[in-house]
Amino acid sequence: MNLNATIFGQMIAFAIFVAFCMKYVWPPITAALDERTKKIADGLAAAERGRHEQELAEKRAQQVIHEAKDQANEIISQAQHRGNELVDESKDTARIEGERILNSAQAEIEQEANKAKDELRTQVASIALAGAEKILGREIDKKSHTALLEELVSRI
Amino acid sequence: MATDTLTSSEYIKHHLQNLTLGQRDDGTWGFAHSSQEAADMGFWAVNVDSLAVSLVLGALLMWFFRRVAKKVEVGIPSGAQNFAEWIIDFINDSVNSSFSGKNPLVAPLAFTIFLWVFLMNLMDLLPIDLVPELAKLVGVHAFGMDPHAVFFKVVPTTDINVTLGMALGVFVLILYYSVKMKGVGGFVGELTLQPFGKWAIPVNFLLEGVSLLAKPISLALRLFGNMYAGEMIFILIAMMYSAGVVLAPLGIVLQLGWAIFHILIITLQAFIFMTLTVVYLDMAHQQHH
Repeated sequence: MNLNATIFGQMIAFAIFVAFCMKYVWPPITAALDERTKKIADGLAAAERGRHEQELAEKRAQQVIHEAKDQANEIISQAQHRGNELVDESKDTARIEGERILNSAQAEIEQEANKAKDELRTQVASIALAGAEKILGREIDKKSHTALLEELVSRI
Repeated sequence: MATDTLTSSEYIKHHLQNLTLGQRDDGTWGFAHSSQEAADMGFWAVNVDSLAVSLVLGALLMWFFRRVAKKVEVGIPSGAQNFAEWIIDFINDSVNSSFSGKNPLVAPLAFTIFLWVFLMNLMDLLPIDLVPELAKLVGVHAFGMDPHAVFFKVVPTTDINVTLGMALGVFVLILYYSVKMKGVGGFVGELTLQPFGKWAIPVNFLLEGVSLLAKPISLALRLFGNMYAGEMIFILIAMMYSAGVVLAPLGIVLQLGWAIFHILIITLQAFIFMTLTVVYLDMAHQQHH
């Protein structure tokens, strides 16, 4: 139970061990611990950021889909509109063309009929004249009776 | 009966005597053959057993943690590193909760104190006669010593020199950081101008001086006292084994109970030494107003 120089021995050993620990033991291990803490924190932050970005991307995709749908609807309605227009236009054209053909046909018919009437009329006049010649037995003075005949012809 | 008592007291004395190396009365150097001779060696003697055990334990401690530190893994730790990280986290938490300043020395210091003191205390749980008997074998056969002169105290912390050595180390740090943080004037002012102001400087100095000196002394004596008493009880229990059919089984039960209880004490004392060191250093860092 005597105090002796062991005190100094223990003090020196204590100092050496603390210095050793402070220089070679403590820093590497705590540095590793800190680095791991940082790594974990970074990982968590990255995960959070990733989730956030995914949300944004989903939102953006939703938006793009919406826009595409709107555009498609617009294109479809435009196409329908245009189609209706085309149908109407072609209907009109067809009607007009039909009318035109009809009109020209009628005109031609009329023309032919008039021509036939005229021909008939002249032939009737000559037949009537020939008939009258035969009946009268003489030649009717063509010149004096032409006016009379013309009147007759026109009356037929 | 008389011889019996003598034997018991010799047994106890033998267990409580360090293996002291120093200069004998006749001028030669060597191990003391009795406690009287050890005491006569005066201050310039060394308790070889305490120093050897504490050095071996400290070296083991540093070797183990240095090995972990060398191949420390940032990723998933395994084995020894898990254990080391668990302890270091525990020390870090303790230090952070009682030390407010920033000083890279304090945490390694607390770490060394806690584990080293714990290991030294742990020697108390070795069977009480095991190491002394081994030392006697080695001493007698290898060095030709007198069997009764081979002392070996295996628990360094039951040697007041060891605890006082560590406490004085802490005391030096307290003084160093007090002066470094507050300057010589600040530290002297702290010792003389509190708590009663400048008109009571002698009283202040007396009070503050006592409280300053009490720090290392209480650190050393608390640890020493607890371990010495624990060791003493182990010795007394060990004596029951040779005290008859009734007392021997009782001794076994007591030994077991005291050993289990002692696990708590050795950890607690190591923790107290560490925490008080950190608190004292924190006080040394703080500016008083």
